[in-house]
Amino acid sequence: MRKSLLALATGLLLAGSIGAASAADKLKVGFIYLGPIGDLGWTYQHELARQALVKELGDKIETTYLENVPEGPDAERAIEQLVRAGNKLIFTTSFGYMDPTLKVAKKYPNVHFEHATGYKRDKNMSTYSAKWYQGRYIQGLIAAKMSKSGVLGYIGSFPIPEVVSGINATILAAQTINPNIKVKIIWANTWFDPGKEADAAKALIDQGADVIMQHTDSPAAMQIASERGKFAFGQDSEMIKFGPKTQLTSILDTWAPYYIERVKAELDGTWKSEDSWGGLDSHMFAMAPYTNMPDDVKKIAEDAQAAITAGKLHPFKCPVVGQDGKEIECKGGANLADGQILGMNFYVKGIDDKLPGK
Amino acid sequence: MQLVLEKRAERSNTIALISPLIAIGLTIVTMTILFAILGKNPLLALQAYFIAPLTDGYSLQEIAVKATPLVMIAIGLSLCYLANAWNIGAEGQFLIGAVAGSWIAVKTQGTDAGVWVLPAMLVLAAAAGALYALIPAICKVKFGASEILTSLMLVYVADLLLDYLVRGPWRDPNGFNFPTTAEFDPVATVPLLIEGGRLHLGSIIALLVVAAAAVLLGRTIKGFEIRVVGAAPRAARFGGFNSNQLILLTFAISGALAGLAGIIEVAGPVGHLQPGISPGYGFTAIIVAFLGRLNPIGILIAGLFLALTFIGGEQAQIAMKIPLDVTKVFQGILLFYVLACDSLILYRFKLVFPNRQVARGAG
Repeated sequence: MRKSLLALATGLLLAGSIGAASAADKLKVGFIYLGPIGDLGWTYQHELARQALVKELGDKIETTYLENVPEGPDAERAIEQLVRAGNKLIFTTSFGYMDPTLKVAKKYPNVHFEHATGYKRDKNMSTYSAKWYQGRYIQGLIAAKMSKSGVLGYIGSFPIPEVVSGINATILAAQTINPNIKVKIIWANTWFDPGKEADAAKALIDQGADVIMQHTDSPAAMQIASERGKFAFGQDSEMIKFGPKTQLTSILDTWAPYYIERVKAELDGTWKSEDSWGGLDSHMFAMAPYTNMPDDVKKIAEDAQAAITAGKLHPFKCPVVGQDGKEIECKGGANLADGQILGMNFYVKGIDDKLPGK
Repeated sequence: MQLVLEKRAERSNTIALISPLIAIGLTIVTMTILFAILGKNPLLALQAYFIAPLTDGYSLQEIAVKATPLVMIAIGLSLCYLANAWNIGAEGQFLIGAVAGSWIAVKTQGTDAGVWVLPAMLVLAAAAGALYALIPAICKVKFGASEILTSLMLVYVADLLLDYLVRGPWRDPNGFNFPTTAEFDPVATVPLLIEGGRLHLGSIIALLVVAAAAVLLGRTIKGFEIRVVGAAPRAARFGGFNSNQLILLTFAISGALAGLAGIIEVAGPVGHLQPGISPGYGFTAIIVAFLGRLNPIGILIAGLFLALTFIGGEQAQIAMKIPLDVTKVFQGILLFYVLACDSLILYRFKLVFPNRQVARGAG
């Protein structure tokens, strides 16, 4: 008995010293994930980017992730655990981690933090996000072309600006093709709940929608649309295998270039707190191949993508008219200002629905 | 020859004492095998789960923070369950308490309201939790409605109310329309006990609650009534105990404690009201209550132990790259063994040599 205890103690000591040796050599980079890495959507794309990061810089860094971290009181602890485990650069990959990240950042000024999709920053806390509304605009064009009923179905997650600006961009684009286009919106009040997402898709199709778009993370809506013989857009990741005859395109979150760039900066000692809000031009996201559509629709989509990338087309080009028929004040010159898009809290004219909380 | 479970004439006090230890032993054996299959060093893994979190002050604080709401809620639930009243809706009472207390915090925000704010929040939260718990209790007493169903369904009502408030009237005006209130003012925040840590006054309140429950159950007539009504309803009726009144009382107490836990969580670790303030505390507390054998001290230990598995699970994820799912399997196996071993308190294994006639008679 005593021998085995001794062996245990020695083993633990050895393991501890080995751990310490490798930790000293490599930069430790931590990730906090909202969902399981197998959600095939939001978290999955962050995980793919982490894997790409390891592939690129694996000999200089060691990565660790915590998955399924709820956006509540546990988040602060999870982030601090990563700090205490020696991680020097930490990516917190969901909006709800904003305040917990800020709290931990204030406590550990020598650790750098990267928070996705939030708006609070500090000397050692950056934010990063993507102008997904650009992709939504392209989807709006395709949807209006492909819809026979003239009714689009939209599964919202939460009525936050990122989602609202996506809905508005979609409709503004669709109206250029079909001025009478209608959209039905269902708020799932979740980012990831395949059951609820599927129910929402069914309800939307029952209400006459024949193109389904979503701002939730699972492929459930794609599968329902596929069963019912309708069209749908993927979200976050490539979802074509869930609807080979259904997916028109998908907005792909491509975090890898950003993660690699930021980790390189950390390695070089040039990391600075920044606010990165990139679009198609900076490859913060990409469009999946345009599939299941005639060539002329594909051309419209590709032209729009090229124009947005080149900066010639802005989805929120003034004048933008609100639901009440009044023009929205144009604070960004020819287009709405970034701040107006980041805080978007209104529907544009033509959406026959009420924004929750308004 | 076959192995059967036979009811003991009397409950075995020896087994009652050692059964948790047997359960932990069996868990460790099972997990060792599982870790070995996963190719992880079982000793290091178990060290990460059980030992590492107990060896530094930071982790100990985190265990206390995590255990605080679980213990407070579970104490209330144990009173209900002892009295044979099945409150499954502590999650909803937790949320209502959080909402009611936050009301004061939101309304006094930015004013120079004094130190009365936090005490008022705690009192209002407890009152709201109690009233909310009384809804299923009254439905049960007056109409015979199943309190299990009604209390559970009220969880969703509370959840949606909170959701509505933080998306609508209480939304932080500077929060870009995100669903959260502004950060509470310092007078509306639960004070921290250790500078730079997260341990807060709520943990002390939880300890007081444990002590109060121990006194109530061990030393008062009311506590005796609660236990008799649950264990022997007929005897209780002969004794003149009013079981309906006790249902109302235990529901009110457990609702008050859940509500108090809710506002402490919001005004403590979280700092503002938002959706998702509870990762299922109200439901996990049911497990804690039973794991602690509905005994206040047992619940304290069970709450701390469950908190340890959460913290240890995170540290194992970080240090050993063990997936979160393994932590969940680990918790599940542990609960399974605890409940399985508990059956040995009232039952024992016996080898039976089959007798054809008995077999036929039984068939």
